[in-house]
Amino acid sequence: MEEVSDRLRIRIARKEFPAVGAQGANLVIEDLDVSIEPRSFVVLTGPSGCGKSTLLNIVAGLDTDFEGAIDLGNWVRRKTFVFQTPRLLPWRTVYDNIALSLPEGDPRRANIAGLVERVGLTDKVNAYPERLSLGMQRRVALVRGFVQEPDLLLMDEPFVSLDDPTAQELRQLLIDLWHRVRTTVLFVTHDRTEAVMLATRILRLGGGAATRLDDFDVGLTRQQRRDSEAVRLEQNRIFGAS
Amino acid sequence: MASSSTSQEHSASRLGRFRSGRLIWPVLSLAALVLLWEVAALVAAYAGKARTFPGPSEVAATMVREFRSGALQTHVLATLGRVAVSFPIAMFLGSVIGIALGRMKGADRFFDSWLIFFLNLPALVVIILCYVWLGLTETAAIMAVAINKIPNVAVTVREGARSLSRDLAEMAEVYNFGRWKTLRHVTLPQLAPFLIAAARGGLAIVWKIVLVVELLGRSNGVGYQLGIGFQLFDVAMILAYAIAFIIVVQLIEIGILQPLETRLNRWRR
Repeated sequence: MEEVSDRLRIRIARKEFPAVGAQGANLVIEDLDVSIEPRSFVVLTGPSGCGKSTLLNIVAGLDTDFEGAIDLGNWVRRKTFVFQTPRLLPWRTVYDNIALSLPEGDPRRANIAGLVERVGLTDKVNAYPERLSLGMQRRVALVRGFVQEPDLLLMDEPFVSLDDPTAQELRQLLIDLWHRVRTTVLFVTHDRTEAVMLATRILRLGGGAATRLDDFDVGLTRQQRRDSEAVRLEQNRIFGAS
Repeated sequence: MASSSTSQEHSASRLGRFRSGRLIWPVLSLAALVLLWEVAALVAAYAGKARTFPGPSEVAATMVREFRSGALQTHVLATLGRVAVSFPIAMFLGSVIGIALGRMKGADRFFDSWLIFFLNLPALVVIILCYVWLGLTETAAIMAVAINKIPNVAVTVREGARSLSRDLAEMAEVYNFGRWKTLRHVTLPQLAPFLIAAARGGLAIVWKIVLVVELLGRSNGVGYQLGIGFQLFDVAMILAYAIAFIIVVQLIEIGILQPLETRLNRWRR
């Protein structure tokens, strides 16, 4: 029994979006049952509309309108979410945006300066988000996700609409942070290279009726993740040469 | 640290505006208006209507006289006091109603026609009814002003509450902001432009309604003095009090509302 509660278990018997106007009800997920081990980096991938983001919202507790149950195990107490857009409060400074995710007087607030330095934003702590580039805003959102030292970190395509070098830099930063904090990550992306680079395990979602799920383990070391050739070979092994 | 640098920038830009001549224009145009008025008053004096069409110099003299006697301050302060009490009441209740209607679709559907009714109810009717039902009291006066203003505030704030960001609400939920933190850091900043707009329009309307309330059922205040001026056909006094109060309201606008807005907007690019 101990073993069961050790795992984060996502069971979704049925999730559909109700009919809107002429469009009928849309069945997104059916009969999905996944367990996730602590401290793994799980990437959810699949074609658009397969329910990746919906799944993330359900695990986050933002969407409660589904049949099934999310068992957070005995270890998920704090969960944070890095969204597809940074979702920063434009009227609060970089520092306040990060600090507000922690209660007043929380000792973890002392870690903010270090994390901000780590993502290279020390000279921007007192700036307002709209004066920063999108890449910088995403770094702030990343720090906000990590500063709580969450047991579960949910990420929904946090690096889309960035230019390639910036996205690449942020991925390295994420790997760095993850190796330091060693939290469990559930990361959604449709980018296969990104998936292979980051994941210890990849789940490919089919979507729709009787949701198909392909499950792959990624066997890359931390060093290999920086090596685009190694990433390419692993990607071919998992998804086949394309 | 950040705020002092912004206020420096702000005053620097004001100085710049003056130097570049943008402040010259309102001053020139006001001077032209006064000049035109003086000329018209001279013409009226030739036609024997000096008493009912006094010029700016005579109005200024009346203002100084009333100021020396202390009457001007007494009545302006009485009116200002009523504005100061009824305006926050109207802002607070109007905002609460506006937020509630903007967030709850059912309530909005039900109460929308009530709101339209009160929006279109003439101010004079509310004032008369308050006096009839509650007597010629200060409470009735304050209530009449507040009731007149609440629907306007509610409609403006409702617009803001309808457009609150769902993205940020979800963020606040995931990061366990709780009610108070969400209100302070997520909801109110989004409503700020609407609250400022409601306050601006509110101030302009409220003081005018206060004058009518005073005219009909109070024994002090600018409205009461205007009533006396009307009975005596003393136009110089009417204009002296009206202009004195316009100046006070403009000072509130420039001294309080505009700096507040600048402060609330400093995060914008």
